[in-house]
Amino acid sequence: MTFIYQLINGVQIGAIYALVALGYSMVYGIVKLINFAHGEIIMVGSYAVWYCMAQLGLPWPVACAASIVVCTIMGMTIEKVAYKPLRKSERISLLITAIGISYLLQNVAQLVFTANPRMFNNFIGGDFVVGDRNFSNATLATILVSVALMVGMSLLVSKTKIGKAMRAVSEDQDTAKLMGIDVDRTINITFGIGSALAAVAAVLYCCSYSQITPTMGSMLGLKAFVAAVLGGIGSLPGAMLGGLMIGISESLTKGYIDSQLADAIVFGILIVVLLIKPTGILGRKTSEKV
Amino acid sequence: MPDESRSVLDIEKLGIDFGGLQALDDFNLHIQPGEIVGLIGPNGAGKTTVFNLLTSVYAPTRGGVKLLGMDLKGKKTHEVTQSGIARTFQNIRLFGGLTVLDNVMIALHNSMDYSMFEAVWRLPRYWKEEKEAKAKAMELLDVFDMCPHAYDQAGSLPYGAQRRLEIVRALATNPKVLLLDEPAAGMNPSETAELMENIRKIRDRFGVAVFLIEHDMSLVMGICERILVLNYGLIIAQGTPDEIKNNPTVIEAYLGQQRGE
Amino acid sequence: MNDKKGVSLDKKGLLKQTWFRYVINTALIVAGYALLMLLVNEHVLNKYQANMLIPVGYNIIMAVSLNLACGYLGQLPLGHAGFMSIGAYTAALFTMAVDLPPFLEMGLGLLFGGLMAAVFGFLIGLPALRLKGDYLAIITLGFGEIIRVIILNLDFTGGAFGLKGIEKHTTLTWTYVLVALTIFVIHTLMKSRHGRAILSIREDEIAAESCGISTTYYKTITFTISAFFAGVAGGLYAHYLSILDPGNFGFMKSVEILVMVVLGGLGSMIGSVVAAFGLTLLPELLRGFEQYRMVIYSLLLVVVMIFKPSGLFGKYDFSMGDSLDRLFTWIRGGLKIRKIPAGGDGDGEAKKDA
Repeated sequence: MTFIYQLINGVQIGAIYALVALGYSMVYGIVKLINFAHGEIIMVGSYAVWYCMAQLGLPWPVACAASIVVCTIMGMTIEKVAYKPLRKSERISLLITAIGISYLLQNVAQLVFTANPRMFNNFIGGDFVVGDRNFSNATLATILVSVALMVGMSLLVSKTKIGKAMRAVSEDQDTAKLMGIDVDRTINITFGIGSALAAVAAVLYCCSYSQITPTMGSMLGLKAFVAAVLGGIGSLPGAMLGGLMIGISESLTKGYIDSQLADAIVFGILIVVLLIKPTGILGRKTSEKV
Repeated sequence: MPDESRSVLDIEKLGIDFGGLQALDDFNLHIQPGEIVGLIGPNGAGKTTVFNLLTSVYAPTRGGVKLLGMDLKGKKTHEVTQSGIARTFQNIRLFGGLTVLDNVMIALHNSMDYSMFEAVWRLPRYWKEEKEAKAKAMELLDVFDMCPHAYDQAGSLPYGAQRRLEIVRALATNPKVLLLDEPAAGMNPSETAELMENIRKIRDRFGVAVFLIEHDMSLVMGICERILVLNYGLIIAQGTPDEIKNNPTVIEAYLGQQRGE
Repeated sequence: MNDKKGVSLDKKGLLKQTWFRYVINTALIVAGYALLMLLVNEHVLNKYQANMLIPVGYNIIMAVSLNLACGYLGQLPLGHAGFMSIGAYTAALFTMAVDLPPFLEMGLGLLFGGLMAAVFGFLIGLPALRLKGDYLAIITLGFGEIIRVIILNLDFTGGAFGLKGIEKHTTLTWTYVLVALTIFVIHTLMKSRHGRAILSIREDEIAAESCGISTTYYKTITFTISAFFAGVAGGLYAHYLSILDPGNFGFMKSVEILVMVVLGGLGSMIGSVVAAFGLTLLPELLRGFEQYRMVIYSLLLVVVMIFKPSGLFGKYDFSMGDSLDRLFTWIRGGLKIRKIPAGGDGDGEAKKDA
């Protein structure tokens, strides 16, 4: 039975990783940038929801909506102010800027909210029973909402006009421009969508793990990033697959081996993947023309 | 027919598949020392692929390459260069942020021998070899009248000069065969004529065989002693410039089927 | 059209003035040391200020060694702190285990620290350097984290509690000598055919291969050398702080060093030195603004990247000889002394700078 419990835990955290990994993959697919600041967006979303509920006393639907709005605006602003000017620069400059933004967000949060953990009230009440263990309904909600969003994203990318634009821009920016696609707007919207997903992930995360700190985003973001790479960075189904795999591996490691080593195992998986198939399980191989 | 026993480069049944696509097949060529051979064909015919195979950028699916009798199978790109095949690139690949002189000095890397230890502690061998290499580099640059530009940044040179620098750099590796990938691209007729002069000059002075890819027919017909025509990965014709010029298969490949035939 | 001078490793005047240059450089290094000792002994610099120069020192070594792999080789290793920690722990465990005269103990400790870090640099480099760009960054980040977690979980490293009671062998002298040595070695290496090979890989790897340069060999050995010096810096760090906490060597530390290299200018050694100097002292200067320190730090990074991605010095590498050359030319111009060409070389007048 322990295996089933660990599996459920794994799927739950994996679902959260998957939502975050989606954001990483979407952004990487379109601008070839590892947005290190993505993890911090989750942190921002968490604080937003907490602030609305604990400090402003707003009901949870409003707080969630506010969080999504805040994150979306934040993501789009960062793109416009910090990443767009560097679009034609060296990759290393973009990467370092992203790292800088990540630190900036962490430290501003530390300044405003202090490093003391904030407690979050799980508003998804109740629990359900599997075998002889109780699982919070938050777990169930996490899985259901994530699946719904993943399906939604797939439809968005494959069936809508903006989805088509996103795919076009990720293939060839210049040609997309010539076809009349507003590349700047498309990229900006992609960041927005990724950030909105991060906000939802934030809310779900907080319901299950009630502590909010300024540094919560960094490990979470890093692991979700590993998930994106594992599944194939740039591939949306890959992000979901990777998220689940990392979540389950982490959970099984904590359950059967040693919770201390869980982090090392996650990075170990990363390294193995990068050595065997760097483009990930579902990723596409790109080659340089000689 | 070319005398195979004295060839400098022997390419036998060379072929490569990319996934399901046969990009090159049954490519045979024996280049003689000092020969200037041209490779022409429509875009996408597989010409640069031949160069990439010769320099181990790709590994062949079929066939092999021998340089002066030595099999190049399994050798890495830098080993192929060390053995004696040098190349230039279709889209110029210079070390743009470095000086013209350094670009050539880098190609002279293997003509020097001093270790890192000797470099750090500036032992006599460092000084001797650096001096010799610099002299050799200047000598090579002088062939193309580029000495005044020795300390200019390579990336800031005008296009024609960059192409010339790439050739100088390739020569610095002391090759037996020089592969030139569209050396006249973007050049006007007078520059092209100068290039033709220079290629002959290089061949005469350094004794290298030249194998070049080109679209500019004046250059190809002007200096190539032999021409191969490639289309869809296969050699469709081979011969002297006159033979190729009037070959109907070649004409069809480039122009499509003539009306009324 | 870029009319900047490219990074050149061979100036026209080199062979004429070489011995002179070396004498000048050596004299300056010795003079610098003498000056430093004077300032300390005469209490112009108080003890606290003198001690502050030690972190400056090992950060310079960290930055300069990272610049080797990052600025010169053109890769983006994000696990540099991992090598520092390996060097730190190795050196510390060695000096704690043996009982030799301080000079010998420290010297050997640093050497072993550097060598151990180099071994790991090699082992990590072999697989990692097969990847390009972003993937290399990610994998080195992964390795850095794995090193941290492993050290955290080993018994003999003290685990989460760290290592305590390391003898404070690190002095200003040790630091100064090692900084000078590091800069010397990397500088002379870069101004040689090996340095050119390294730069060529940064500029265009495919072209470098076709010039006969084994990119695998040079990438691996550069990575290893870079790790070696990081290990030495780690040893200095360990014997200065006297305690080691594995948490100090995570991704954050790697980023701090990366910031120094980037701010100084990728590919500029003087840039790394100046940036390391400034950024190590900055927190001290901002003592009063403790809370705002990190915010300013990260804001600075972002602003510099957006407005001047090439950093303070760009790719410019300071050359004492060149600066003196220019100084003498200027003086000669003022005094209207004619330049008499030395026999044989025929290089003529120095080329005008753009």
